[in-house]
Parts: sequence; structure tokens; C-alpha cells
Amino acid sequence: MEKRYSRLGETVERITLGNGLTIYAVPKPEYSKSYALFATHYGGIDMRFRLGDRWMDTPAGVAHFLEHKMFDTKDGNALQELAKGGASPNAFTGSDMTAYYFDSTERFENNLRIMLDFVSVPYFTPESVQKEQGIIGQEIRMIEDDPNWCVYTNLSRALYENHPIRATVAGTVESIAGITAETLYDCHKAFYNPSNMVLCVMGNFEPDNIFRLAEEILPKEGLGEIQRDYGKTESPNAYQERIETRMEVSTPIFLMGYKDSPRPEGKEGLRRTLTARLACDLLFGDSSPLYADLYSKGLINRNFGGDYEAIAGGAFIAVGGESKDPDAVREAILAEARRVGREGLDKERFERTRKASFGNRLRALNSFDGTCVQMAEFHFLKADYFDFPEIFDAITARDAEEYIAETIQPEKTAVSIVKPKESEPQ
Amino acid sequence: MTNAVRKEIMPGVFLTSFRTKKFKTGLLSMNLLTPLKAASASKNAMLPSVLRRGTARYPDMEQLSAALDSLYGAQIESVVRKKGEVQCVGFVSSFIDEALTPGQEKLLEPVADLLGELLLSPATRNGRFYTEYVEGEKNNLKDRIRAIVNDKRQYADKRLVELMCREEDYSVDKLGSEEAASAVSGQKLFEQYNRLLASSRLELFYSGSASPERVEGAMLYALESLPRPGATEPVDTAVKKAAPEEPQVVTESMDVTQGKLAIGFRLGGRGAPDYPAQTLFHTAYGGTSTSKLFLNVREKLSLCYFASSALHRSKGILTVSSGIEFKNYEKARDEILAQLKAIQEGKLEDWELEAAKRSVVNAMRSTLDSQTRMEDFYLGQALEELPYGPMEFAAQIEKVTAEEIRRAAEAARLDTIYFLRGPDKGGE
Repeated sequence: MEKRYSRLGETVERITLGNGLTIYAVPKPEYSKSYALFATHYGGIDMRFRLGDRWMDTPAGVAHFLEHKMFDTKDGNALQELAKGGASPNAFTGSDMTAYYFDSTERFENNLRIMLDFVSVPYFTPESVQKEQGIIGQEIRMIEDDPNWCVYTNLSRALYENHPIRATVAGTVESIAGITAETLYDCHKAFYNPSNMVLCVMGNFEPDNIFRLAEEILPKEGLGEIQRDYGKTESPNAYQERIETRMEVSTPIFLMGYKDSPRPEGKEGLRRTLTARLACDLLFGDSSPLYADLYSKGLINRNFGGDYEAIAGGAFIAVGGESKDPDAVREAILAEARRVGREGLDKERFERTRKASFGNRLRALNSFDGTCVQMAEFHFLKADYFDFPEIFDAITARDAEEYIAETIQPEKTAVSIVKPKESEPQ
Repeated sequence: MTNAVRKEIMPGVFLTSFRTKKFKTGLLSMNLLTPLKAASASKNAMLPSVLRRGTARYPDMEQLSAALDSLYGAQIESVVRKKGEVQCVGFVSSFIDEALTPGQEKLLEPVADLLGELLLSPATRNGRFYTEYVEGEKNNLKDRIRAIVNDKRQYADKRLVELMCREEDYSVDKLGSEEAASAVSGQKLFEQYNRLLASSRLELFYSGSASPERVEGAMLYALESLPRPGATEPVDTAVKKAAPEEPQVVTESMDVTQGKLAIGFRLGGRGAPDYPAQTLFHTAYGGTSTSKLFLNVREKLSLCYFASSALHRSKGILTVSSGIEFKNYEKARDEILAQLKAIQEGKLEDWELEAAKRSVVNAMRSTLDSQTRMEDFYLGQALEELPYGPMEFAAQIEKVTAEEIRRAAEAARLDTIYFLRGPDKGGE
């Protein structure tokens, strides 16, 4: 099915194969590169799920571990295969998505064949699993030294009481020690089935060739929807007010979270996302009065910023940066939200900010990887990302005001701070 | 093969214009080029941030941001780059393509005007920058310099270059130093600003759907009041020092859980004619996930989470950076050096050579698919006065032989080893 999005200057060809896999193809004949993203709706939070008639409980870090191990093939390593074709492959694991991607300016179809093949054919041995435990152990050590990672992890633990987002995507050295080849085969079977996946391609290719290729290589049947369990329903309020820790940083790093209800599916979910992001731009974006005020007082620097984050079973606004006084920033945001709730938004500023937000979404379409990730994210939400211009037009100042007043509230706020270490006298 | 047009549109002002309709945006940048020196680096690094605070017409950030928002969220970012021993300071702007605005509004000219205003008509009081802007950006710069330590990998790489090039300007960070930043006064900054305007080469770059003539017209109008009294100051990267007889070894400790090992080599060579072979040597050694460092130090021996190389081409330096457990220091170091030796002995398999070539060719071809990468590429070319584009460089890459790569590797001399380890002397 071909659809033209005239306001974006894009055409998308979309097809759902017999095995349940949906493919989005965006031809860009003027480019020399082509990009492919093959994603499964499976990430760090999917620890408890049903496979056949059995509920499975898996340790933290399996989705990420599996991502690493998928590159192993019976004949060696898929990285090398792809590199021979000039492709620079990579992968990432998020809270609710694992994605494999590459771009190449040569032999795209051949490279795509290799990627679809290695992602759909698991090959693990006890030895290779054990070796990977060493490599990922190092990776975990490295991210544990990263203050930005810590500040984010602590924020999710402050916001949520039970939700598996509390366990980190990579897990811990201890949790990954419990992973076996069998765990990996089970999780691959459940989540890497075509009906739980999406393929997004953008670039210089013939869409029909891509569809034929996927049909030929991928398994003929999918498993349908996989049931998952994210624990008890969460309170609408933050679980803890704050978490502080000390690390070797120069200035305190902070992240504030405002807990929102889980994001609905379909068009409503896209609408919620766009409203929340516009609310972020209005409340603390570069051109907001709050930003100007905090910046001129030296309470924030150019790193300050915030965004809406949504995962299955939870959503929140996260805003942060570096500040000598994170609590002053926290108070200023709450006060500004109260003011917006009371007095409403300046109409001229609302229109200007909406124009800018729209321009920024258009600009983001320059990036093939960013666009494909968005397409995949909204596909898993049962929405079409490219519908954004029409939905954007329909968002009113009133919608943004209500969103701000309802979400940016003291009891929904959690603060995570990483402070510099105090110098200890020897 | 490429349609980049380069022209000196005013004395010492060069415009590289690349017409293409494939992007959703236009990109327009301007950069002042000045020698990288310890005495001026912090002043120069502060300058675009101070200028970005406000213009005579839009004297504060809120008004400036409102103006940008009205232009469909046009962005103007201040940038500071170090390319060889040249510091490049200025602005990069991006704005959506006029064809995608509801009324086909003109955006190129208003954005060019804003850039011109940022450079030439800053918000001033009594003939000086606003004190609060200078002080604010001074603190931001100091914070940025201090924050380098937050990313231990970046910090170790920076320390390596400082130690290795301690007698050369290349040791100066693109942001200068905290001490130098503290010493900047409003008056000194304003003097430096006038000096740069009068005597630094200005490089302009455009990529987007407008014709080079239209871009030239817009920039000439925007830069009309640029004072150009004389010739511009020359910029280049100094002679490459040779590696010492005995490599310099430095170990420092910090409260980290993972060690960082950084190793620097001098490449010698003739500069630009050797870039294709040096680029492939670096790519095969540690530039990709099929490189020798990745496959051996990380994959085969599991000695580290990452191990990769970086080529500082105009300075003729190659650095290796890796994250390891403290106890693996000797093993990792020996393996990194052993892999270099392998390339020097010609132990590069056909598939490794081919993978390196494909990786560089792919990177060059896709440079044309990204406006920011194109801008950075052409700025580097302009600096070294290299007249070719990414496709021409890709063609040079295709012709390099295994023997040429071996010779490029053979010329590499170990200069400095830097190890950042944890606080306990005993290790585990």
C-alpha cells in the first residue's frame, strides 16, 4: 500500500506479510545511502511474559544480552559479513525495543539479507554465553561510572515502585550471571517472531525487492501477540521524592521526573506524545521565559533540556542538566507550571512555539535512523508516525495548558541528583 | 563529480556552496579560523557563546529565540572546533526548506541576516559586551572544561594528547584551560573579538536548495559591515615532532571502576598525499568493528569493552583508546602493540583490507547524505586547501594497496602511554 504524505514531501510503502511482519519502505532516490532498521518489540522491561502456556520469569539484562549474542552465527560473526559489504552494522536495546540497523551505500539488498538472516536465526553455545558475560560485565562497569546513566537510573527508581524499568536495561553483573543459552533461545522464540517485529527501510532502493527479500528469508509464521506482565498497577504519584548519590563529577547533575499515566495506543498515543513534547518546549524549551530566567541566573547551562518518555505501563516527563542548585530549578519549574495553570499560555508564544516544534519535527526527518526509530516506536503503539502534521495542527493552547497543569505537580515529581564527591582530608 | 562551488566573496571571506534539494533543511555556517594558542584559546572559545546571547536588535536570549521560533524553529548553535593547530569558532545554523513551509516563506535571507548580526552587531553597553553575558559564559566555559573529567574515556584521550604534545600547540584543548578562562575580562574579550573580525579568515558553508548566487547575495548583504583592513592571518598545522627514543609512560589514578588506557603514535609521512593510506591503516587497525583491535583485544581476548583508534590526520598522530580492568593493563597494552606489529609485518588479510576500504568509502559516500558531516568535511578541506570532495577521496581510497598500508603502519612510532587507573595501588 502506497501512501503519499504531501506535507512532509515523503512517500511510504507499507505492507504486512503473511507471518505478521510489517514493513515500512521510504524511497529516497536522491541519496547514496540506504538504511534499514529491524526491530523487535522487546526490551529491558519485558522480564515476565507468557510463552505457550507457561509464564516465564527472566533475569534483568536478557534483551540486551541477546542483542549482543545475535551477531554470532554458525559460521562466525555477522559483523564481518556485513562489513565486507561496506555496511556499518550496530544495535541497541532500550526499555521496550531492541533494534538492529545498518546503512550502506553499496550492496544494500545483500546486506539486508545478511541482517534479516542473522537476527532471525539464533545460534548460542554455553561457551559463547560465558564469554559474553565477561564482555557485558565490562560494559556494565563502564556505564556504572557514567553519571548520566546513574542519574537516569535513579530517577526511574524514584518514580516507580514496582515497574520493571527499575531494573536497568543491561542488568547487573549478578543478574546476567543467571543467563544460559536456554534462556536466550526461549526469549528469541517469544519475541523475535515476525509478528512482534517491524522492518523500516529508508533510502535508495526498490521497495518491491525489499518485500520479496523479507518474504523469502524470514520464517513463514509468527506467534501473534506476546502477553507480558509489568507488575502491579502504579500509583499516579512518584514513589520517592528524591534520590541522591555522589560520584566524581564537577558540577551536580540532576534529572527531574514528572509521572504521567501510561500512554494510550493508536492515534491518541501519537497525540499524547506530541502534546507532551510541545508542553516541554513551552514550559522549559530554549525560548521559554523559564529557560531565559534560569539561564541568566546561572542556574542552568545549555545542556538543560527535557522530553517526554513513554514505555509500556508508564510515561513521564524528564528534564535535567547541570546545576549548582537543582532544588532551585525544581521550585522554579513547579512555580511556572502553577502560573501556566492559573493564567494560561501567551497565545502568540503558543503559536510561535508550535511553528518551531513543527519545524524541528520536519528537520528530524533528515535523519534516517531517527525517523526509522520513530516509525518503529509508533508501529508498536499501533499508530503511524507520519500522521504527525495533522495531529499537530489540532493541538490547542488549552490542551497544552491542561497537560502542564495536570502533570507538573509536586506529588508527581521525583528528583535524582548526582553530586560531586566531597574531598576527604587524608 | 561534486557540485561544491568555492569562492572568495570578500577579502578573506570564502563561501563554499553546495546546492541540493534532497534535505528537509538548509544549513549555513560561518567560522573564523585562528591559530590554536594557549594564550587565546579560551577567549576564542568563549566568543561565539557570548555573541549568541544577544544582538543589538534582539538583546537577550528570549527575544533571539522568539525570532528563531518564528522562522519555523531555525537553529543557530555556537561551535568551537580544533582542526590540527587551528581553532575554528563560529555558528552553524539550520532551517527548514522553504518548499515545506505553508506559504513558501523565505528563510535563507532572514537566517543569513541573523548570522551577520550575531557576528557583527552584538548587544553592547558603552562599547563593550554586557558584563553579565561575559561572566555567565565564562562560568559556562569553566564548567565545560571541568566537565571533561565526567567522561573518563574522553578525559584519558585528552590527557594523552596533552602529555604527548606538551611542547606543541596541539596540546591545547579546543576550549583552552580553566586558568586561562578565569583570566578573561570583558575588555580583553572585546579586543580579541575585534582582532578576529579584522584579521581572521572567515569560512562560510551552505548546503540546501538555493543557488550559490542567491547564497552569495544573502551573505554579502549580511556581512556588509565586516571590517577587512588588511591581509588575513595565515593558519596551518606545525611540523610534526618525532617520537622520543624511549616512550613516555604516565599513570594517574582517579576514583573509577574501569581503567582507561590511551596510547599515542607519531605517523611521520608527507601529510595530505599520505592521508588515504593512513586512513586505511587506522581503519583496519582500530577504526571499525572488524578492525584488529576490536576483533582481538575485545572479542577474542575479552580484555576490554572498547578498543579503537583515532586518526588526527593534519597533525600526523594516531591514538588508541580502550577501557580495561586495572589488572589487565600489561596484557591489553601488549596486545594493542602486537596488533600494530602485525600490520607492520604485512599481516593484513584480503578481507580485512576490503572491509577497511568499504568502511571508508561508505563513510565518504554517506558524507554527502548529511549536511553537518558535509560542513565539517569541507571545513577541514578548506583549512588544508585540499580541493577535492568526499567522492574524490573515496576514489583515492580504492587505489591504495596493501603494501602502502603496511608502509603507513611501519612509519608509526610509539610516543606515549597513558593509563588512568583506580585509587587502590594493589589493584583487585
